[in-house]
Amino acid sequence: MGIEGIGARVARKEDKRFITGAGRYVDDMVVPGMKHAAFVRSPHAHAQIKKIDVKKAQGMPGVIGVLTGKELKADGIGNLICGWMIHSKDGSPMKMGAWSPLAVDKVRYVGDAIVIVVAETKGQARDAAEAVEITYKELKTVVDATKALQKGAPQVHAEAEDNLIFDWEIGDAKATDAAIKAAAHVTRMKIVNNRLVPNAMEPRAALGHYDKAEDHYTCWTTSQNPHLARLVMSAFYNVAPENKLRVIAPDVGGGFGSKIYIYPEEIVCLWASKKTGVPVKWVADRTESFLTDAHGRDHVSTVEMAFDKNNKITGFKVDTIANLGAYMSLFSSCVPTYLYATLLSGQYNIPTIHANVRTVYTNTAPVDAYRGAGRPEATYLLERTMEAAARELRVSPAELRRTNFITSFPHQTPVILNYDAGDYAASLDAATKASDYAGFAKRKAAAAKQGKLRGIGMSCYIEACGLAPSSAVGSLGAGVGLWESAEVRVNAVGTIEVLTGSHSHGQGHETTFAQLVNQRFGVPIDSVSIVHGDTDKVQMGMGTYGSRSGAVGMSAISKALDKVEAKAKKIAAHLLEADEGDIVIENGEVKVAGTDKSLPWFQVALAAYTAHNLPAGMEPGLKETAFYDPANFTFPAGCYICEVEIDPETGTTEIVQFVAADDFGNIINPMIVEGQVHGGIAQGIGQALLEGAHYDASGQLLTASYMDYTMPRAGDLPSFKVSTSNTPCPSNPLGIKGCGEAGAIGSPPAVINAITDAIGITDIAMPASPSTVWAAIRAAKKH
Amino acid sequence: MSDVSFVVNGKRVSGAAEDRTLLVHFLRENLGLTGTHVGCDTSQCGACVVHVDGKAVKSCSMLAVQASGSTVVTIEGLANGADLHPVQAAFKEHHGLQCGFCTPGMIMTATDMIARHPEGLDEATVRTELEGNICRCTGYHNIVKAILAASKTMAKASKGRAKQAA
Repeated sequence: MGIEGIGARVARKEDKRFITGAGRYVDDMVVPGMKHAAFVRSPHAHAQIKKIDVKKAQGMPGVIGVLTGKELKADGIGNLICGWMIHSKDGSPMKMGAWSPLAVDKVRYVGDAIVIVVAETKGQARDAAEAVEITYKELKTVVDATKALQKGAPQVHAEAEDNLIFDWEIGDAKATDAAIKAAAHVTRMKIVNNRLVPNAMEPRAALGHYDKAEDHYTCWTTSQNPHLARLVMSAFYNVAPENKLRVIAPDVGGGFGSKIYIYPEEIVCLWASKKTGVPVKWVADRTESFLTDAHGRDHVSTVEMAFDKNNKITGFKVDTIANLGAYMSLFSSCVPTYLYATLLSGQYNIPTIHANVRTVYTNTAPVDAYRGAGRPEATYLLERTMEAAARELRVSPAELRRTNFITSFPHQTPVILNYDAGDYAASLDAATKASDYAGFAKRKAAAAKQGKLRGIGMSCYIEACGLAPSSAVGSLGAGVGLWESAEVRVNAVGTIEVLTGSHSHGQGHETTFAQLVNQRFGVPIDSVSIVHGDTDKVQMGMGTYGSRSGAVGMSAISKALDKVEAKAKKIAAHLLEADEGDIVIENGEVKVAGTDKSLPWFQVALAAYTAHNLPAGMEPGLKETAFYDPANFTFPAGCYICEVEIDPETGTTEIVQFVAADDFGNIINPMIVEGQVHGGIAQGIGQALLEGAHYDASGQLLTASYMDYTMPRAGDLPSFKVSTSNTPCPSNPLGIKGCGEAGAIGSPPAVINAITDAIGITDIAMPASPSTVWAAIRAAKKH
Repeated sequence: MSDVSFVVNGKRVSGAAEDRTLLVHFLRENLGLTGTHVGCDTSQCGACVVHVDGKAVKSCSMLAVQASGSTVVTIEGLANGADLHPVQAAFKEHHGLQCGFCTPGMIMTATDMIARHPEGLDEATVRTELEGNICRCTGYHNIVKAILAASKTMAKASKGRAKQAA
């Protein structure tokens, strides 16, 4: 490992602009002639639009245009779609209702966009938006997914009878039922996974600019995947052909999944720019973000886990209802299916599994992937069930898990996935040691003397990352391939640009990707620039989500580096009159092994571009492109242990210790990986203790601001004890598994297991707020 | 419209603003100081913290006209030329930022916090005093570390200066 190579704790190159206020986010962009947009949104969760009167608004000061869905439709702009086809178990395709970027006849959730107003200033746009008069006929609403499935429930879309989008299953129902029937013990639970709002700190924003002379559009947008945005806006929404549409995602202030999707606002801003003849910028305020960013989770499940007399799991049966909200967001269908039920084997040998999933429309914001996406929901079921089973069976939760660990690889689970490598006992051992698991009883007794309830809980998670082998996801219904691309451009003076289809919105790619190049060629990371986020600069790529940028994005770079290295070696061999096989590249020098003959790296690059003396038939230049399609998913795994202390008088839970032991395979920059784990754990603890999106029965979002939705703050969290073990991933050239989502996946069950342990109860609802905990303590005392 | 005139990052600036214009919008839109961010609409997130007359203030909770006559420092004015402020340097060294959006507000809050605690800081105090700044990326772990480290560095530097003066 060099000081800037793989494994080095290098401070981030991108930090300087962020710590000096020089970051460039969408809201910082100014285009000559730019004007401002405000959207008129539905105040009702479910209503028919009877009349839209824009006259008064049109006459307001500064107003340039007031545009409706009718005009949008007339211009041929298409409906938003879900890009992953799921079939119900009866073979019928999912029932996708129409989602117009501006609602025309009907609104289906509070926040549904209806009209765009463009004006000279943001304030004028808002004033005019308030003057748009819309007559509604209110309809009955349904916000709860279970209620939405009942006969006679309000119908959200005509296309989906009883609001059922699909009724899907995976695994072997018969074998699983038989295992439950024959079991020595069955643990049964009803488990709710609470609805969350992703809350990236930068609100969503879009700046659409139509250039009439060129008949060309540019869209600056808060996207995790600008290329996908261009593809979808072009191919499905008819905004413009791809060659006439440039999408730029500059600095993006966090995503966590919520900025994967293409939302109505970017489509409408582009269209409105052409209609009004001015560049149109829209920036969400936080309330708009709460109302319209895709939410996460919102599952209700029942589970049955069967054990034999030796406490080995013999079967696992799951029935889940997933709330997808008012419209099917871009990847909403794959989250509660292939990203969820395929993980239900966890770290355990389970001979048979069956899961049934029903997805449902309600009058709430669309639900899609949020950090972890399906995997936190699966992990929560498994790890809450394992904890409950251990208590019922009166065995140590650690030992019950150990008894059931998968120990030989590759391992084929009953739910599609084939685990390539792992060492689950190593993580469990590391976590129990770091948390002094054995010494817990003493600490509990000491806390009891202080009148406090102390509890400990663990969670052993696995996730599938490195999304994903394109043919595999294609066969499961994905509308796109999930490869990644890279171009490595060595300049004539030896400096290097890497153009990547990955997109950094906090992950530190500008540093870690440069470390990979440094490892190969010894070029200082300061001489390596990472270019991303602009469809005019970078070849088609698939973007950043699902912890894929290390495992897939860097693998693509690695592949392109292979090609550059091969060509550089050919050139050097020619110049040094040596055999190509004897050339090595080390510390910025190209050498003939075992001799003192060498060339500095830049001279090889220069030779490639002067082309005065290249091997016969070789093209000039030193620039290579690669597309990498992963051979398999990757399987990060680990063990988290949470210790809490509860004040029974106030119900306040303090996390006194949080230990994470993760296996992420090889690691490029440990500092950045630890940062990813810290952030993930904070979001997981947020889900468990603080966060929850609540709608009232009429479909109003009660938690639509930071006054109402409890974001984790510094005082809510402890410092974390994190460590990693590194079983290299055999499925990609760098041995990387991915680390972006683990914290959010592994932590919620660890926290809830600790709280239920402290109180001595089986279950408690998330978020386990002080009032919920206080009530649970009182209820437990009564029994 | 009202006339606004104040000193921002050492320079006197003036202009006209609608009465309802918030300080943060004046800084961002009139002065082009886009390092100060807007992350919420309820004065909760702290992405817009600047210093007004030496105190940390959420610039979304003040009208531009109210700031008239004051001295304002934003994230762009914190470094001494090419030399990073010790809090900026500590955020970089300790990986106290990821997406960077909350960072300017965090750094301005931290600078104020350290100044108000010349006796030094401990973890519990830092966590309590960060109540008005939300970060979604870091879990605060490395932000707390960075602030504690900067506090130490600055205490050492001020001791050094005191010695020199003596």
